[in-house]
Amino acid sequence: MSRESMEYDVVIIGGGPSGLSTAIKLKQLDPNLNICLLEKASEIGAHILSGNVFETRALDELLPNWRELNSPIKTKVTKEKFLFLGKTKSLSWPTWLLPAVQQNHKNYIISLANLCRWLAEQAENLGVEIFPGFPASEVLYNDDGSVRGVATQDMGIDKEGNKKDSFEPGIELLGKVTVFAEGCRGHLGKELIQKFDLNKGKDPQQYGIGFKEIWEIDENNHEEGLVMHTAGWPLDNSTYGGSFMYHAENKQIFLGYVIGLDYKNPHLSPYDEFQRFKTHPAIKKIIKGGKRISYGARALIEGGFQSLPQMFMPGALLVGCDAGTLNMPKIKGSHTAMKSGMIAAETINEHLKENKDLSIFDQKFKSSWLYKELFEARNVKPSFSWGLILGIIFTGIDQILFRGKLPFTLKHKHADHETLKPAKDMPKIDYPKYDNVLTFDKTSSVYLTGTNHADNQPVHLKLKDPNLPINYTLEKFDEPAQRYCPAGVYEVQKENDVNKFVINSQNCIHCKTCDIKEPSQNIVWVTPEGGGGPKYGNM
Amino acid sequence: MKILVAVKRVIDYNVQIRIKEDGSGVVTDNVKMSTNPPDDNAIEEAVKIKEAGKATEIVAITVGEVKAQETVRKALAVGADKGIHVKTEGALEPLAISKIIQKIVEKEKPDLVFMGKQAIDDDCNQTGQMLSALLNWPQATFASKIEIKDTSLEVTREIDEGLETIEINTPAIVTCDLRLNEPRYASLPNIMKAKKKPIEEINVSDLGIDITPRIEQLKVEEPPKRKAGIKVANVAELVQKLKNEAKVI
Repeated sequence: MSRESMEYDVVIIGGGPSGLSTAIKLKQLDPNLNICLLEKASEIGAHILSGNVFETRALDELLPNWRELNSPIKTKVTKEKFLFLGKTKSLSWPTWLLPAVQQNHKNYIISLANLCRWLAEQAENLGVEIFPGFPASEVLYNDDGSVRGVATQDMGIDKEGNKKDSFEPGIELLGKVTVFAEGCRGHLGKELIQKFDLNKGKDPQQYGIGFKEIWEIDENNHEEGLVMHTAGWPLDNSTYGGSFMYHAENKQIFLGYVIGLDYKNPHLSPYDEFQRFKTHPAIKKIIKGGKRISYGARALIEGGFQSLPQMFMPGALLVGCDAGTLNMPKIKGSHTAMKSGMIAAETINEHLKENKDLSIFDQKFKSSWLYKELFEARNVKPSFSWGLILGIIFTGIDQILFRGKLPFTLKHKHADHETLKPAKDMPKIDYPKYDNVLTFDKTSSVYLTGTNHADNQPVHLKLKDPNLPINYTLEKFDEPAQRYCPAGVYEVQKENDVNKFVINSQNCIHCKTCDIKEPSQNIVWVTPEGGGGPKYGNM
Repeated sequence: MKILVAVKRVIDYNVQIRIKEDGSGVVTDNVKMSTNPPDDNAIEEAVKIKEAGKATEIVAITVGEVKAQETVRKALAVGADKGIHVKTEGALEPLAISKIIQKIVEKEKPDLVFMGKQAIDDDCNQTGQMLSALLNWPQATFASKIEIKDTSLEVTREIDEGLETIEINTPAIVTCDLRLNEPRYASLPNIMKAKKKPIEEINVSDLGIDITPRIEQLKVEEPPKRKAGIKVANVAELVQKLKNEAKVI
């Protein structure tokens, strides 16, 4: 089937901080470049989810005059707290005893979605062509194997794969260089890492699942600029995770929870851990009387330095969380994603002008503050595989005494899909019932995401083996997809005493957790029809 | 034949609506906006008519703030030829919109005016009807099928009792139902081409009409939450509850 094709100097996949920074920097270096940026969400920002306490370092370099450009970066961090939670008690950890990377006094509380919308405006003003609602579904290669560009998803295909009246074929976007900036576990990034063996010699990648709710709370409980993190309850010592609560403007708080996807107990439900976390007295007293106005979830990439793949390949670059530039101990990935995009832009400019190889990305990266930051942060996440307490002690030594300069590098030993233990060997967890005041069921949560996928389209969550969930995963792991999916996409239903695996793909909020955690890697996330997925506001 | 199609920018139908705390309206900041769904049907029908060789030009019009232009751009991307954006600020009532479109009709002289049967934000379902009265043109509302004849239209209408087929003379107003057609997707090349199509901007003050609101909005509030139901054991209990608790029998 022949598709229409369009040629650009640079094609960028993904309208998050890394893709948009690549686009802006490229236009600053050469206003004549033709740049096109594809975004799968119906508008820029609608699939973005992040805490977010924002460090402006990369933005200061990219748009030094950002303060004059009516940016949505307004709420300065004024106060910080760190709590250890017991079941009912909480212990406040003095902030001066926190490693420097976890101190936020120069940072801002922002909505990353709004930052991206604003960055997109800056990019469009510079002449970047941005196309929301067009997922890149396929990588195109040249005869010599180098990346040639991408093809967008066909629109108007029915469940059985037939063309509907509204069928609109995808088109080919060809770039001299293609930049993949899809975010954590991008499905094309995943293909490229495999094809070009980009993670050769690297540790397995590590992921987490992050939840976020926005609450409008009583003004007496609201302290604009307050940043609070917790560790401990409801997770046990061996599960990696913690919460954030950021007091933003307009009496809103950004309340969230992150759990490492290397958890071992298949009975664990990350969603329910987050829900019950909100019932802790230290949290409850702040959100009581408030109203939950948004919900969302997204996988995040935590492997850092040891798991970071090579970011260049013939004809293309991989940037931001699509590669894995998040700084885990800092709990920040936006400034690092932006910086990786900016380095990509400098690389591409020299590649196009002076015909230098894209591999110069590596030298530029290694001499940047981004590399230094990721290097110094490298040992924190793996140390938590020894449990919360040892992890904290080690992190204190590593980050406060040695500032990340210890002469060794800890390894990530397992990929997240390998860590589940058989269901029969692990304790069942009895989660409390939702009270519809502080805690809510998945259905009403998913409703708040505004997610939708036009019906009568192919299911975008593919099973490599359709029988595996019932024949193997249910028996061995009690089919954990029912619990790790934050949107209730997966269900095991009994029909006439026969178990059936049901995929409610229209509920999918594009978090990618299933693609990561499924123990046999049996679920493959591919792009649905354009514009589908959540419609996040200021997430 | 020339078709004028009116499109409105509304909060996307997937978004959960939130009421402002002071009850003055609904929250629209950072909320995904889209074209009013039946307006998409109106555009689609116009494009289909043009593709069938029965129309020569499609003009898309919207009224509202700067960002409302997005809906006109979308209409241009799926096949409209030209756009008009009448710039206004603040909320407008159907009467004001009808008067604005009346002025544009006098200027553009279309043979047909299409629009959605109603907007999903205020659910007024009045603009088409008022425009029909102002222009003294025939109207066909809730159209689920439109057949173009020489000097008339045969329109099938979705009404409470079923389907009603009427014939009206042109020029005419047609308001479109969701069943009329399946709107197409805007393709990427067409979105690019649409960026180059002209959109005429008109200040509402230059039209010389009175758009002062006639309605005072007192308060916007959420509908009361539905209480959870209960299961009754038998008919006797149901009757007893209906009689003594609900007091409906």
